[in-house]
Amino acid sequence: MTLDRRSFLKLVGAGAGAAGAAGLPMIGMAAELMPKSGRRVVVVGGGYGGTIAAKYVRMLDKSIEVVMIERNKQFVSCPFSNFYIAGLTNDMNSLTIGYDKLAANHGVKMVYAEVTGIDPAAKKVVTDQGTLDYDRLIVSPGIDFRTEEIEGYDAKTAEIFPHAWKAGAQSTLLRNQLQSMKDGGTVIISMPLTPYRCPPGPYERSCLIAHYLKTHKPKSKLILLDANPDVVSKKPLFTKAWSTYYKDNFQYIGGKKITKADTGAKLVSVEGIEDFKGDVINLIPPQRAGDIAVKAGLVGDDKKWCPVDAVSFESTKHKGIHVIGDATALPSDGPPMPKSGYSANSQAKVCAMNVVNLLNGKETIEFSGINVCYSAISDHESVSIAQVFKLEGGKIKSSATAISPADFSLGKAEHAYGESWLKNILTEMST
Amino acid sequence: MTMKWKGWALATGALAFSATAMAAPPSAEMISFACAGCHGTNGGSAGLTMPSLASQSKTAIVDAMKKFKSGERPSTVMGRLAKGYTDADFDAMATFFSKQKFHPTTQAVNAAKVKKGEALQEANCSRCHLEDGKEGKDDTPVMASQWLPYLQMQMDLYQSGARKMPEKMAEKVKPLSKEDLDALLHFYASVK
Ligand SMILES: Cc1cc2nc3c(=O)[nH]c(=O)nc-3n(C[C@H](O)[C@H](O)[C@H](O)COP(=O)(O)OP(=O)(O)OC[C@H]3O[C@@H](n4cnc5c(N)ncnc54)[C@H](O)[C@@H]3O)c2cc1C
Ligand code: HEC
Ligand code: HEC
Repeated sequence: MTLDRRSFLKLVGAGAGAAGAAGLPMIGMAAELMPKSGRRVVVVGGGYGGTIAAKYVRMLDKSIEVVMIERNKQFVSCPFSNFYIAGLTNDMNSLTIGYDKLAANHGVKMVYAEVTGIDPAAKKVVTDQGTLDYDRLIVSPGIDFRTEEIEGYDAKTAEIFPHAWKAGAQSTLLRNQLQSMKDGGTVIISMPLTPYRCPPGPYERSCLIAHYLKTHKPKSKLILLDANPDVVSKKPLFTKAWSTYYKDNFQYIGGKKITKADTGAKLVSVEGIEDFKGDVINLIPPQRAGDIAVKAGLVGDDKKWCPVDAVSFESTKHKGIHVIGDATALPSDGPPMPKSGYSANSQAKVCAMNVVNLLNGKETIEFSGINVCYSAISDHESVSIAQVFKLEGGKIKSSATAISPADFSLGKAEHAYGESWLKNILTEMST
Repeated sequence: MTMKWKGWALATGALAFSATAMAAPPSAEMISFACAGCHGTNGGSAGLTMPSLASQSKTAIVDAMKKFKSGERPSTVMGRLAKGYTDADFDAMATFFSKQKFHPTTQAVNAAKVKKGEALQEANCSRCHLEDGKEGKDDTPVMASQWLPYLQMQMDLYQSGARKMPEKMAEKVKPLSKEDLDALLHFYASVK
């Protein structure tokens, strides 16, 4: 029912959108959703970044109205979706949150709608349900895919070669494909050049799918095609896991950037010269900031990521709009903060604090943040990367970065801590 | 120096679009909010193995962070994170979390063990773990409502020798059986 309603609205919206010249939305036509009385922050996207930004603005200053706009009534976490895909859990509920408690506990006003445009001059957000005025806007739309870089990739491709790089129906699709594959089949994961969402994610997925095959379909094999010349995250740990646990059914091949997809022939190819055939193909396309960020002119010269100030996260393209999470390109000294849920959470708090300071005419405060990513390497062991970031000379720089010991001596404990991390971060987002 | 630069920047308009140049150094909130992704909002943990930090004593937190950093206290992740912070940062985060409200939890505990533990704690632990473990004094952590699996993991580390017990605590712990200790942890986990 919800879907029907949404596709109806999309249809209606499509006509209006086409009339707007050069991506500028037709504001005049849409009704104002909630007239603004006092000071208002609008948050676009209720994922890892958006929920936290909305909550912390309210925690820091109750006199500021916060409206969060999200297209879905429920959010499914990418973190730990690899467990679900690989059959280590059958419970999608533990990965799913709603927004009712967040709204009730903190007075965050929820609007379930598709954001179709932003007018920075008029300080207005346009949705398929109407418009909203803001004093400051925080945008955390996550990623969308640069499918145009893969020949043959069309609207149907992801239904046959799931990316499962946004959790939910895509995760279920990949999981079902793996479960219905015959023993003796070949599974292919194709991952893009960095930067992309969750650097260790594809490697974690390779371990867990290899674990699934080893346990349930021992004659099958898994090939990970990495567009990068070499492993880009936690290399000593993943290579050790592959050679220790999965050497018989897993192969890593670096430097294989997929440029063509053929769902009919069930193959992906590199520069049209090398084909890889698979029974199940998990094609993770290259990425950029979520569509709305591109539409609103928030992306930089690379047309991919949104450049922002390293303290306030204010866009360098448009005043009054702040971008956080996967969509950002932060000024960095050394390796940047990875595009992770933990980074989005940490950035959201810095952004919320400084948005409140700016609205109150107070001095902004320098960045201090954390990234930790747990990755499972089997059904009972996990490893992690832990990083602290601070501001130095206007750029974000790591003051400490280290991975778990390579003898996996902490693997079991980290597996337990990883689960608690998920519980805490999802609780933080939803209550 | 900062002031001079700020004055110049304001005069020339260089600051018009950048908040970076005039930002104040990280506050206690700025540093501590980042911990909540693992330890829960304001240090109240919902994850079964992750300790709550809310209402811990300032000294206990600073002490723990220093021991994590030096490696004296074994850890999975805290040692790696602590290396990114200064003593002043430790002070700021400890101040922040010590001011947060106690975080009561509801957990699955064994009623018989809780009763046994309650009887045992009086003579063995209450000298330091005050008010049924609700009050953290000096370097003693709050144990009331701490998640049972976390307490068990830490007790295992003490027992294996990887984490060093305070001498006076060791005197009390050593004579107790495994069952006694387990009962004590069930008791502390149950206190709200
Ligand atoms: C397989 C996998 C495993 C991962 N594992 C980890 C992990 O273990 N740890 C970790 O820290 N990170 C992990 N990540 C990364 C993590 O998922 C992302 O970094 C994180 O979700 C980024 O947060 P965000 O707020 O930028 O985007 P998201 O969390 O994706 O939130 C964006 C939200 O905006 C909404 N939205 C977008 N556009 C619009 C619009 N126009 N109108 C209305 N709503 C809109 C979306 O519906 C969505 O809810 C993993 C990712 C993957 C794919
Ligand atoms: C990635 C998750 C994670 C993050 C982020 C994190 N912690 Fe921890 N913390 C843990 C774990 C796990 C433990 C148990 C020790 C270990 O294995 O590292 C712990 C233990 C602690 C303890 C000891 C508690 C006790 O009762 O003895 C303190 C104090 C602490 N953390 C403080 C902090 C502070 C302050 C921050 C932010 C700067 C922080 N932690 C960030 C996971 C985390
Ligand atoms: C002499 C004082 C003292 C006594 C007596 C004492 N403790 Fe402790 N306890 C401490 C201190 C101090 C710490 C933190 C020390 C450290 O850094 O390891 C601690 C830590 C702990 C911890 C780890 C908590 C955490 O958050 O990591 C547990 C569990 C514990 N004590 C259990 C007990 C039990 C059970 C008893 C009684 C049998 C007991 N203690 C008796 C002083 C005491």
